[in-house]
Amino acid sequence: MRRSKYIRPAWLDDAGLERPNAKTSAMIASIEGPDQRTSPTPFGNALAKLAETSPKIVGLSADLAKYTDLHIFAQKHPDRFYQMGMAEQLLMMASAGLAREGFQPWATTYAVFASRRAYDFICLAIAEENLDVKICCALPGLTTGYGPSHQATEDLAIFRGMPNLTIVDPCDAHEIEQVVPAITAHKGPVYMRLLRGNVPLVLDEYGYRFELGRAKLLRDGADTLIISSGLMTMRALEAADILEKDNLSIAVLHVPTIKPLDEVTILQEAGKTGRPVVVAENHTIIGGLGEAVAGALLRGGVMPAGFRQIALPDRFLEAGALPTLHDLYGLSSQAVAASIKSWL
Amino acid sequence: MPDIGHNVSLRERARRIRRHALRMGEVQGQGYIAQALGVADVLSVSYFHALTYRPEEPEWEGRDRFCLSIGHYAIALYAALIEAGIIPEDEIESYGGDDSRLPMSGMAAYTPGMEITGGSLGHGLGISVGMALGLKRKASKNFVYNLFSDGELDEGSTWEAAMSAGSFGLDNLIGIVDVNNMQADGPSTQQMNFEPLKPKFEAFNWFAQRVDGNDIDALVAAFDKARSHPEKKPRIIICDTKMGRGVPFLEARERNHFLRVEADEWQKALDIIDAEPRQ
Repeated sequence: MRRSKYIRPAWLDDAGLERPNAKTSAMIASIEGPDQRTSPTPFGNALAKLAETSPKIVGLSADLAKYTDLHIFAQKHPDRFYQMGMAEQLLMMASAGLAREGFQPWATTYAVFASRRAYDFICLAIAEENLDVKICCALPGLTTGYGPSHQATEDLAIFRGMPNLTIVDPCDAHEIEQVVPAITAHKGPVYMRLLRGNVPLVLDEYGYRFELGRAKLLRDGADTLIISSGLMTMRALEAADILEKDNLSIAVLHVPTIKPLDEVTILQEAGKTGRPVVVAENHTIIGGLGEAVAGALLRGGVMPAGFRQIALPDRFLEAGALPTLHDLYGLSSQAVAASIKSWL
Repeated sequence: MPDIGHNVSLRERARRIRRHALRMGEVQGQGYIAQALGVADVLSVSYFHALTYRPEEPEWEGRDRFCLSIGHYAIALYAALIEAGIIPEDEIESYGGDDSRLPMSGMAAYTPGMEITGGSLGHGLGISVGMALGLKRKASKNFVYNLFSDGELDEGSTWEAAMSAGSFGLDNLIGIVDVNNMQADGPSTQQMNFEPLKPKFEAFNWFAQRVDGNDIDALVAAFDKARSHPEKKPRIIICDTKMGRGVPFLEARERNHFLRVEADEWQKALDIIDAEPRQ
């Protein structure tokens, strides 16, 4: 993929080579698989509905209302929406000020801008004061093909070190709809990784209920335990289906709350003998769910039969079509299944 | 409020604020004392002329909010809060010590009357924008005051906040810039030239005034105009102040961002302040 910018793609000059046909297309690439059920704008719908009964809720965005689904809220409650311009530092400062006056601001932008640009403002103006601000950010991890400027591959590593901050990484539309009322009831700052647009629907089939701070076992299995969060949980479930055809039985423990981590459930599941643990996350291998789980296992004295991470490499990633990139970095269902098979 | 009688002049309040600040400085032997002496007149006019508040109820909903963006000016604001009766005077000896309500850098969680946590410079004005928006949502008639420094004009976040305040037309926001022309590495205008400052704020749709920040009468007139100005614009009062004001041997120090003062000099400074005619 990435090479010297002075070398032309060979297929442009050689008709015998296959022409790549994958396109990067829009900033926020779809993550839905073929024939996957989806639900439109679950975050915007849930927040707009919640605001009908909760007058303290206000919404703010830094010129990304449309791209974070906050426009749904803004259309329903125009007098409660603040456009802060393309200014993420201001977005967080003003949210802090509104929270000080008794409101519950929901601030949206892209994950890169919240974590990298606005860190100091979230940390000191919001988290240090334990203010009731919900920070909901699109493009978490690798969910765009636009390159490192928009790929928040280290947002969890950045935010995990921030005291008082609760971190949530929901998997699908079904979960997002439940996360919104759950975190409004939690008094204090929350960082939520946001999937927007037509978001896949997966967890409704598992009878799943989101509980803040709780990990949930979605399927059991004897051969490997996958511990995952965010969109990697749907990939883990798909990989488990693939591996089932090879008579491999895979358990999937979904951990939507990255902080505080449900160490009790993780230790309980990882402590069941005989199966290795694979942590799968849409995040760099450094400082995310994988290292959080590893630390919990070591502190808890639990030694599973092997520990592996499926995560993004410690590199600035490539630009290109998202499915290509997910294959390349091992986040696609096929790649997850192949990795696990190779480790067994 | 300490019982020093009614009709105490703003000059006397400023003198006493300087005195409280010097006594806190003496506890540590060093500190941001030159800023406190410089901004004492601004704080006197703020707390004893402009602001609405209840000393016994620091979080009274009907108060004007006074946000200190410059966390290291805490020594100055504590002096004003002591003079206003919000903090007991006998806590002066705890300044900057363990288990104190008066830490070196101002934080909302520690001190009654401290509205925000300052210190990570460039935060205050934007937080004040949010508070001003919040007060408008509540149909409150109160003002949000934000005291920040000329050094904070270097921070991009200050200008994000300034542009938004103008855009939102926040006529309940009063910014106060302490232009003492001194920051950590030297004279502020030599670190990053922020002049001409008044036209900058005017260009950002603010109602701007520039006054001698050590002239009580000029400050009173400026605060009155800021509060009564009819345009739907945020208001800025640019205050040119003198570091160390009122103690000539401290005014004369060249690099006085963080002053080290000899043990015997504190009493000399207090003697100078105490020798001022009471007005």
